[in-house]
Amino acid sequence: MSPSAWLQETVFWFFGAVLVIAALRVITARHPVHAALFLVLCFFNTAVLWILSGAEFLGLVLILIYVGAVLVLLLFVVMMLDVEVAKLREGFVRHAPLGAVIACLLVFELAYVFWAHALGFHALGHLPRVAATHNNTRALGTTLYRHDLYPFELAGMILLVGLIAAILLTLRRRPGIRSQNPAQQVLVRARDRIRLVSLPSGRRPSS
Amino acid sequence: MITLTDYLILGALLFAIAVMGLFINRKNLVVLLMCVELMLLAVNINFVAFSRYLENRTGQIFVFFVLTVAAAESAIGLALLVVVFRHRRSINVQDLDQLKG
Repeated sequence: MSPSAWLQETVFWFFGAVLVIAALRVITARHPVHAALFLVLCFFNTAVLWILSGAEFLGLVLILIYVGAVLVLLLFVVMMLDVEVAKLREGFVRHAPLGAVIACLLVFELAYVFWAHALGFHALGHLPRVAATHNNTRALGTTLYRHDLYPFELAGMILLVGLIAAILLTLRRRPGIRSQNPAQQVLVRARDRIRLVSLPSGRRPSS
Repeated sequence: MITLTDYLILGALLFAIAVMGLFINRKNLVVLLMCVELMLLAVNINFVAFSRYLENRTGQIFVFFVLTVAAAESAIGLALLVVVFRHRRSINVQDLDQLKG
């Protein structure tokens, strides 16, 4: 095995192992904040694996946008909610065997598909090498802006709809809140607020 | 050398862990959302691996769109979560039984 192949394999299995462990901690963590932080670790490891397999742009996007925006949003929401953890973890042990059985079944089925010789899938072999001069970002950009422009714009619309929906859902108008209105504060004139009254003075009241 | 099968096994493991998470955390709405994120991540790993294997960029484009939809989904999901929490002071899935489902 050549040194570079050995290095690639080592990196793959190391980060893959950390990914699986972090995913296990996401679903077993006691507190949701810990789960969210382990989810961040999962996404970082996945980004490394993607970069390793030649999808550099997606790996960076995953870190910058997904970890930087979506998971931070998740973390903020989790930290703002005041949840009682003990009550939410009721039935954790009771449902664990069922979950484990279903997970094992799923892994077995998927692995069977990958390894089943009857399906002719055993021919799945090595990944083709990527040339060192291959520019993944440029290639993706070319495809995105030339061939998939409409889906790209549609994706922008989906994000816009998500934005508006999230704002409208969490917006609440509470009655009885006294808040400043800067426009009215600026528009105010002195004569609206002060009334000068001239009072006659200098005469002593007759007793 | 890393083969396609390695990536697929990793994706399968991650997906299975996420499914297991759905089963064992069936009361905590936040962790359920995180499990859905993990599932999408597993699917994305498969997309990237196949894109490399077939030397076809469409898989990566699809990952791009999956990330977009996942971002919108989690934004709306978290907004709903906040609204539910405001109404019921809890994020326990079993308290959400108004529809009598």
